[in-house]
Amino acid sequence: MNNVKYISMVNITKTFGKVIANKNINLSVNKGEIHALLGENGAGKSTLMNMLSGIYIPDSGSIFIEGEEVKFSSPKDSIQAGIGMIHQHFKLVEVLTAQENIILGQKTGFFLNKKAIREKIEEVQRKFQLEVDLDKKVYEMSVGEKQNLEILKVLFRGAKILILDEPTAVLTPQETAKLFIIMRKMKEEGCAVIFISHKMNEVMEISDKITVLRKGETVKTVDKEKTNPQELTELMVGYPVDLSIKRLEKQGRKAVLRVRNLRVENEEGIEVLKGLNFDLRAGEILSIAGIAGSGQKELCEAIAGLYPVKSGEILFKGENLVGKNPKEIIAKGVSMSFIPEDRLGMGLVAAMDIVDNILLKQYQKQKGFLVNRKPATSKAKEIIKKLDIQTPGIYHPIRDLSGGNIQKVLLGRELDTNPELLITAYPVRGLDINTCHKIYDLLNEEKAKGVAILYIAEDLDSLIGLSDRIMVLSNGEITGIVEARKATKEQIGLMMLGEKINETEGAYVV
Amino acid sequence: MLYKFVKRSEITQRKSIEIRTVAILLALLVSALFILILDLNPLEVYLAMIKGAFGSSYRIKQTIINTIPLVITSLGIAIAFKMKFWNIGAEGQIMMGAFAASFFALRFPELPPFLLLPLMMVAGIIGGGLWAVIPAFFKAQWETNETIVTLMMNYIALKWVTYLQYGPWRDQKALGFPKIPNFSENAILPNVFGVHIGWIFALVLIVLTYIFMNHSKLGFEIAVLGESDNTARYAGINIKKTIVIALLISGGLSGLTGVIQASAVSNTLNVEISGGIGYTAIITTWLGSLSAPLILLVSILFAALIQGGSFIQTAFGIPEAAALILEGMILFFVLGSEFFVKYKLVKNVVYQPVAGKEEV
Repeated sequence: MNNVKYISMVNITKTFGKVIANKNINLSVNKGEIHALLGENGAGKSTLMNMLSGIYIPDSGSIFIEGEEVKFSSPKDSIQAGIGMIHQHFKLVEVLTAQENIILGQKTGFFLNKKAIREKIEEVQRKFQLEVDLDKKVYEMSVGEKQNLEILKVLFRGAKILILDEPTAVLTPQETAKLFIIMRKMKEEGCAVIFISHKMNEVMEISDKITVLRKGETVKTVDKEKTNPQELTELMVGYPVDLSIKRLEKQGRKAVLRVRNLRVENEEGIEVLKGLNFDLRAGEILSIAGIAGSGQKELCEAIAGLYPVKSGEILFKGENLVGKNPKEIIAKGVSMSFIPEDRLGMGLVAAMDIVDNILLKQYQKQKGFLVNRKPATSKAKEIIKKLDIQTPGIYHPIRDLSGGNIQKVLLGRELDTNPELLITAYPVRGLDINTCHKIYDLLNEEKAKGVAILYIAEDLDSLIGLSDRIMVLSNGEITGIVEARKATKEQIGLMMLGEKINETEGAYVV
Repeated sequence: MLYKFVKRSEITQRKSIEIRTVAILLALLVSALFILILDLNPLEVYLAMIKGAFGSSYRIKQTIINTIPLVITSLGIAIAFKMKFWNIGAEGQIMMGAFAASFFALRFPELPPFLLLPLMMVAGIIGGGLWAVIPAFFKAQWETNETIVTLMMNYIALKWVTYLQYGPWRDQKALGFPKIPNFSENAILPNVFGVHIGWIFALVLIVLTYIFMNHSKLGFEIAVLGESDNTARYAGINIKKTIVIALLISGGLSGLTGVIQASAVSNTLNVEISGGIGYTAIITTWLGSLSAPLILLVSILFAALIQGGSFIQTAFGIPEAAALILEGMILFFVLGSEFFVKYKLVKNVVYQPVAGKEEV
């Protein structure tokens, strides 16, 4: 090995309007190295990677690949240079098969030599131990399979540098383990892997080197061997933090929400919730674990009056919510916030500013024909201060904020409505560890007030740490409800895959 | 390719004004070549256009009269567009508003003006509004494509008025000429300072629409719905109701335009009453970026362009088609500049792998 780094990014600066996203950032990655990028939300990780993959063009600074300076003006250039980025959102065509997705967009002649291409794909698969059924249609695939396909796609296109943007956010523990095998294989093959994650344990497990970014600047690059989660968190945040999740002891006994035999069908008439039964008490955090698409979204929406219920009852303080419209349900004191994968979709209006987004939950309580923006304006300032939201101003469209800040706006608004039942799905999705803890604290605050909380999240460590009970959904069914104190990740992981809990194992509570 | 277009991440106010100014200058420059081919002096023609639009109190009045329907219709379209409901049906809504008003004007010609005129206006607003509610209802209920439905309904409205003009409402005294009888004096909107009262309506409506869009609950709901159906549903907004009411207002404004054009301008109902205003207003709405005050500005400029265009026909004896080409050219450049406001041209830097360099 010579001294030339495989990739080096030197003094990269990128601004968006007044916001400095990256300021003199330096990053270098060697061959056969798994390099983790750590940083709080809005620290500039995604911006930096988007420049490496040709989506953004740096304002100043240079990128070198094997010592040669490159200037990318589009993702195409970057792909040509051997860089492949796996985004949080898969860029796949649902109705096509895996193989068709791989070939798509490739420069081929008028006729396809399918056999030759297939052989080439299979060769890549063997080399990296990537299990993908090439004839399966994408819409039939699980999230993990789709991710494997994305990886296969970029490897097939000749990527030697793989960028993974929060790849484990949507995976089960088992799928994550498989992903790590693939990443190690790539390392053996001499590829470079850049890995963005918020999950400290994963970063410690898989990476060789870790670069920490804070507020758009490089703080430090460290060797994994010479550091620990505590130090990394401090580098990330800039001051010492407590990493343990506090669990408040359960208070109330009164069931606020009782769900009985809830059945819900989707548009195609397929049952997506298959007779759910559970209670949620005041001052309790009941969390839901499950592989993405197991019915979490439908359950949230059914309670909020956004999804038609086929049969069954949703009793809120003894009153059936089924058949009521969203407005009535909000007025009764039910708050639902769902952070979708794109972080906007439902609940916020991207093109509007923070004030108008807060207004969204206020204006219906106001009297008269006109809206009064004053209370929303002062509330906006309050939430920004309380949750430490990074924004150029309250009149800035939220679409320009980073994902984490957008989430804080949403959660801040929802908590502000003083709900009795708080449904919050994926509130920490993609958030850095410090912000996560801030949000856990907020949830505990609500719990202490006696709010019943239905908490949906992906990260099992936080589920186990924060909640009182964990309900596991698999394919629209409850495979078990366990006491969080006694639960293990492995047990929950198995239940997520559909294995019903054996009552003799002890933790079964309804 | 040596150059390519890149989407601008943001643009300063100054830059966008710069681009638009350059567009207008270019339009004038290219048009000048065309005028030279016609063997005329471009400078004279341009000055004449300005004179034609603003050169005398009569011409200023004409320009104002042309501005009024553009403004009111654009305001209506802006409300629908804010909701991302592509209402292309203003033309038909104007027709149906005029039709509903004409019904009362022709039926009760003897009613005193203070009764008859409000009655006509209410009828016109409801007529235009209901015509817009039909596609709104279809969209709300069955998610039909509003662009196609509103467009098709323009033809129905047009043919309906044609039918009335040639059939049941034909003036028996017009000696076989296919026209609908003129309105009685009582059914004609009064003049204020030499121009019919429509200009006051337009100014009041600009203020009202501005307040409605920016400070009313319904205006807020329309804006939310325009951005995201899901969020609107989530916030408890009744989507179907909002679509229908918004279009009732949108169409109602076009309907009012119809009343004004029939009563104050034509003094009767005929198929030429809307005269393409419903389509031109789409352009003014868009160029005014759905903002009520900007719509006023753009509408005045547009009316002046049309007015000036027709003046140079008579002043220089150039055919109508040539005048239309000039108008079209200016429009082409201005609309074209919108593209450059959103995109910029950058030099294409192609990544070239270094030849001969092997992997280390």
